[in-house]
Amino acid sequence: MQIPSPTTNIRPDEPLCIGGKTFTSRFFLGTGKFKNKQDLADSIRACRTELVTVALRRIDLERHEENILEYIPPDVTLLTNTSGARTAQEAVRIARLAEASGCGKWVKIEVINDSKYLLPDNQETIKATEILAADGFTVLPYVTPDLYVARALVKAGAATVMPLGSLIGSNQGLKTAELIRVLIDEIDVPIVVDAGIGRPSQAAEAMEMGADAVLVNTAVATAGHPAPLAEAFALAVRAGRQAYLSGLPRKKSDADASSPLTGFLYE
Amino acid sequence: MTITLNGKMQELAGEPSLNDIVQQFSPQSRRVIAELNGEIVRDPRWDEIRIREGDILELVSFVGGG
Repeated sequence: MQIPSPTTNIRPDEPLCIGGKTFTSRFFLGTGKFKNKQDLADSIRACRTELVTVALRRIDLERHEENILEYIPPDVTLLTNTSGARTAQEAVRIARLAEASGCGKWVKIEVINDSKYLLPDNQETIKATEILAADGFTVLPYVTPDLYVARALVKAGAATVMPLGSLIGSNQGLKTAELIRVLIDEIDVPIVVDAGIGRPSQAAEAMEMGADAVLVNTAVATAGHPAPLAEAFALAVRAGRQAYLSGLPRKKSDADASSPLTGFLYE
Repeated sequence: MTITLNGKMQELAGEPSLNDIVQQFSPQSRRVIAELNGEIVRDPRWDEIRIREGDILELVSFVGGG
């Protein structure tokens, strides 16, 4: 299914540009938690994403695992996350290991100390961003939305800021919407809403607010049918983007009649 | 000879190269990254690197992640 192009393009969209790469799709997909790799491959194809996240882990010495990279088309940008890192130094180490694979210098910094809420450690994330950006990495840091943190990340050389919508894997949507809105208004690098987006309507909401892209993993990977949902997310992201570019009116606290209030039949 | 491979003690026969170890534990065409005693070793050098008693070797690869 295709959304028809608007007949009057009020404000033509520009492709999203991160780290010198141009993205037509503003929907990024995480590759964790898929029941099988074929579902992942089908989802990537269905949503036509141009960027997926992957993680690094010790290889299993007991059994031979499948190579996830075989299921990701070569023209899709690989963004390795630093999951498992508890400090900036560990994140830097993971990023350097990923780079040694020859898969490029794109890294999603994810530094987490808390096992219950999995909230990112913003301060360690800033430190890791500084080190890796100086080393030529394209750094996409995952943080709780905070204006001062976002400013520090930009100063440290971050290519984007990736604020969480709600807790990882919670499907709760944009619990942090007002804080993300501040980042969208004040931060000049692309804002990619990551974590917690559980349904296409929430992805559309993020895009309507003016987010530059969204990243979804759990909702797609754990769906009954991942590929159709991945496509639904991509459509929602396009719908939300088009709404934003159309100059979507803001919410009001008072009513404002849609029909004329004069010229009634009994007047 | 005993080394620490991915955090576990591992008995090895002979004097294997790093490449031998990678082939033994990941024979498929997986993209494996090796870190020997804290230093990343890129794959063109795997053949020439001999594994020694007490070495600490990490072999990592890509998995799904968000």
